[in-house]
Amino acid sequence: MSTAEVTRTFDVAKVKADFPLLQRELKGGPIHYLDSAASSQKPQVVIDAMTTYYETINANVHRGVYEIAEAATNALEASRVRVGRFIGAPNPETEVIFSKNATESLNLVARSWGGANLGPGDAVLLTQLEHHANIVPWFQLQAEKGFEIRWIPLTADAQLDLTDIDRLLDGVKLLALTAMSNVTGTLTPVRELTEKAHAAGALVCLDACQYVPHLATDVVSLGVDFAAFSGHKMLGPTGIGVLWGREALLDAMPTFLGGGGMILNVTLDGFTPAAPPAKFEAGTPPVAEIIGLHAAVDYLDALGMDAVREHEVTITAYALRTLTERFGEALTIHGPAEPAARGGVLSLAMEGIHPHDLAQVLDEHAVCVRPGHHCAKPLMKVLGVGATARASFYVYNDTDDVDALADALGEAADFFSF
Amino acid sequence: MPGLEDLYREIILDHYRSPRNRGELETPPATRTEGFNPLCGDEIVVYLDVDASGTVGDIRIGGTGCSISQSSASMMSAAVKGKTLAEVRALTRAFKGMMSLHESSLDTDGESGEELDADGEPVEDVKLGDLGALRGVVKFPVRIKCATLAWNTLMQGVDEAAEAHPA
Ligand SMILES: Cc1ncc(COP(=O)(O)O)c(C=O)c1O
Repeated sequence: MSTAEVTRTFDVAKVKADFPLLQRELKGGPIHYLDSAASSQKPQVVIDAMTTYYETINANVHRGVYEIAEAATNALEASRVRVGRFIGAPNPETEVIFSKNATESLNLVARSWGGANLGPGDAVLLTQLEHHANIVPWFQLQAEKGFEIRWIPLTADAQLDLTDIDRLLDGVKLLALTAMSNVTGTLTPVRELTEKAHAAGALVCLDACQYVPHLATDVVSLGVDFAAFSGHKMLGPTGIGVLWGREALLDAMPTFLGGGGMILNVTLDGFTPAAPPAKFEAGTPPVAEIIGLHAAVDYLDALGMDAVREHEVTITAYALRTLTERFGEALTIHGPAEPAARGGVLSLAMEGIHPHDLAQVLDEHAVCVRPGHHCAKPLMKVLGVGATARASFYVYNDTDDVDALADALGEAADFFSF
Repeated sequence: MPGLEDLYREIILDHYRSPRNRGELETPPATRTEGFNPLCGDEIVVYLDVDASGTVGDIRIGGTGCSISQSSASMMSAAVKGKTLAEVRALTRAFKGMMSLHESSLDTDGESGEELDADGEPVEDVKLGDLGALRGVVKFPVRIKCATLAWNTLMQGVDEAAEAHPA
């Protein structure tokens, strides 16, 4: 099948050409990068935007009055508004908080909102799909505050089992869930769950780390109260993450990290915090990374997020079909069978071959997949495996990448055939 | 460029397909220690039965892992049976030396450094035998942890057994 048949909406070959790393040759051939769920590659425009910042307006933000310091500050605030618009934030100037990554964003919610609002007798509801970043902060806080943690269980195909949801939500103060699993690709029914949670008196914190890069996101129509994501999974640089929160909640929350930039006033007796977002942004921010994220969002918007999603469904469907036809029962692909119910993340288990060995053979063919537990050990336990080999797709992956994956899996099966 | 055949030698695949000494031992008298590879979630359990004279009477391996960690554990179990704890320690040092892991913990863990030479290499001439097949792992640095998982777990068991059977 040609690339042109697969994508109706943008030319993948052209997209691929925008990514310098994907022009590299590895092991004597093209690189097949299938690990975007861990971190995406960066288009030249993102790299250029960061370089241009360093070469033309590099200065600390928010405090200088000279021209380039003002230009740097303006660029930072322009990115905030741009990122906010990208996710449908009603008040981007105040509601978009820049963090280090999704992990820090989720810790911010746990420490600040959770620290002020959770105690004995309260409950937090998580799902069995969660990444450790949306599990461990709650355990850490639980040790101090003594609230209950509950789990939404899974069906056999790794979708949320909502049979008992009303009982599970009873007495819950916060539902913290992923919008898309980084292991099984499962898309969760965020809107439906948010309605139920709000009806039960709970707030909703969304781990949108795998969602924002892949699907058009509107925090208002999703109805959530917080949303966390990372720049590096959406064509942006590492070291920059986002927390979006409802203005009224952010206003009422206590501060998180303390230091410069987050205060209104400091005296010998104490301090007065600044208003959001500054309140939650202590210290010099990663200015170049924030500017790089702006360029990444521009790039994604130029492709169109609906087209991004359509490409992903198409390539995922092609992969599911190709791999199932070729390997049948010998290959287990965890998660929903229906491409529309999932993202472009395939956790693979090949009969008789450990994921580490599988990934090693794939590496010989420049097929980059990730073996391991993908920071979701409770989910691995539910799936009944210690590890999987995960292949994940993004805007620059084409059917050649899928075919290379299939061929390399075939080689692995031959190599380890018992 | 190192190839797959450097890593997956026939003897390694043989031990992976037919692991030796799989199973459990009754505890006590045996000790049970668990080892985790936090990167990949692999888990190894070592059951070690040391008799009154300080000799490994029996050993069993449990858990799951890749071909490298499983074959390393299997070969290890075959190699240490019938050896004294001191011999087991020397073998472990030799194996980890081959993996070029000069971990300071190894020099100090319940042992004086006197058996190591200036380079931290074991002075004794320890025969690695089949274990030499794992030498190729060094060319794949991320897999070294797979190869040493069983040995690190074994060392914990040896330390426990040594406390129970002071020489
Ligand atoms: C679903 C999900 N949540 C959270 C994270 C944490 O992201 P980061 O490591 O960028 O903080 C990841 C990334 O691995 C993820 O996939």
